Amino acid sequence: MKLLKNIALSDTGFVFNPGNGDSFSVNPIGLSILKDLQEGKSEDAIRNRVIEDYQTDKETIEKDLYDFLKMIEQFNLTDYHE
Amino acid sequence: MKKQIYERPLIQRINTGMMNKFGTKTEYAPVSHIDGLAVKDLIKEYGSPLFVLSEETIRNTYREAVRAFKTRYPKVQFAWSYKTNYINAVCNIFHQEGSWAEVVSGFEYQKAINNGVPGPKIIFNGPDKSDDDLRLAITNNSPIHIDHLDELYRLTELAEEMNKRPNVAIRVNMDTGIYPMWDRFGFNYENGQAWDAINKIILGNRLELIGVHCHIGTFMLSPQAYATAAYKLSDLALGIKKKFGKTIQYIDMGGGFASKNTLKGSFLPGADTTPTIDQFAESITTALLNAGFTESDLPLLILETGRALIDEAGYLLGSVLANKRLSDGRRATIMDFGVNILFTSFWYDHKISPAQEFSSYTEDTVMYGPLCMNIDVVRSHITLPPLRKEDHVVVHTVGAYNMTQWMQFIAMRPAVVIIGTDGKSHLIRNKETIENIESSEVMPDFLRKHELASDILK
Repeated sequence: MKLLKNIALSDTGFVFNPGNGDSFSVNPIGLSILKDLQEGKSEDAIRNRVIEDYQTDKETIEKDLYDFLKMIEQFNLTDYHE
Repeated sequence: MKKQIYERPLIQRINTGMMNKFGTKTEYAPVSHIDGLAVKDLIKEYGSPLFVLSEETIRNTYREAVRAFKTRYPKVQFAWSYKTNYINAVCNIFHQEGSWAEVVSGFEYQKAINNGVPGPKIIFNGPDKSDDDLRLAITNNSPIHIDHLDELYRLTELAEEMNKRPNVAIRVNMDTGIYPMWDRFGFNYENGQAWDAINKIILGNRLELIGVHCHIGTFMLSPQAYATAAYKLSDLALGIKKKFGKTIQYIDMGGGFASKNTLKGSFLPGADTTPTIDQFAESITTALLNAGFTESDLPLLILETGRALIDEAGYLLGSVLANKRLSDGRRATIMDFGVNILFTSFWYDHKISPAQEFSSYTEDTVMYGPLCMNIDVVRSHITLPPLRKEDHVVVHTVGAYNMTQWMQFIAMRPAVVIIGTDGKSHLIRNKETIENIESSEVMPDFLRKHELASDILK
């Protein structure tokens, strides 16, 4: 999964899609995951990175990452052509 | 490097142009302790979900209400409305504070007797009083509030049969300017039913009419309605004095004062819109004092306030069972309590706080209960921080009606504890067990055995 190339991310957690004008807010961990996606990291790599950075476990991040990625898909922030 | 505290990743669409002059809700501030005791410790000791009551809040609220009335009127008596919360420990706090009992069924009457309340201090309301209930109340000299003519006639027969003169009051309904008008309890003031009942009682000379009573509504947000009711009951009492030379001993204004809960569909939170107890007291006592009673005939003012005295003292602690995402993208959180034990969630948007610290990020959430029923919605829309499985929440203002109207449906009802003024928690109702429930069931012999075909599923 990749983010659309033109999605703008601010360090304060503001997300803007210039394609349709939609804007979103994300919490810091959500922002870090969006940045990972922009860098082209795989889901496995993101999961491992989160486990390394945060006090969590594999099962929790697996469930939460699944939910988060579904949401950004539903918000049309992902690139279907990739 | 130390790892950061984990929080579920969140993304929310920003909707511009949505009008909200009050800004973002801030009800997600964590409530980790109740009266100094940690929520997680209470759940660890007594299980989840768990009802918690605060003795200190009950006593303070009661004393505040008594002060509001007694500083304005010389003769005031509260009678604890058993149906609001009839756990014996709760009733006894009110009795310790000087409150009589107000009951609406034979079951509640028996509870009041078991709690040691003297018969003359048990006010017997309600439309359903069996012959046995009435006989007991007559024997105990309890004030019986007559609801309908059938009861009046039956009570007269029983008085003759027992050769007693029961103390009675009539229940009066009336137009107090509120909608809907409650006209199901007692006799109507405007169309003359109330006077017909009064005439029958006094001229029949078998019952002793000592009071007049009304119950004008529930969750009343208008003190003025009580002023109207107090004026009309005073008019009856003064009329009885004029016509029969008989002094009515008390005027009972019933219950119905609103608590600080927020009714569904309200524009503003209940805490901002509910009249204070002083406003109710001012309306009622001003009407009584200006009605025209002589000083010696001034009736005792009885109040059967329930909800406003106990709601804020009650909390429901619960835990998250699961999180899920609905088809339209909304977050759904499933709790271990539902409408089965939080009956009031049918008409209130209860304030619900997480019991642990969170960041400032929140998400619109639907809060469901654990029942396998579509109606089991605790909050259809609430802004909460991301809750994880097994996180705890505190539901506020649940002291009234939940511990009496709760249902034993597919699960056992939880324990109830009270945090005493000694700072300790005390169990006042055990968590139900399957043995409690099944002890009432009877299995006929012919239904004892069955044989189910096996091996259908491989």
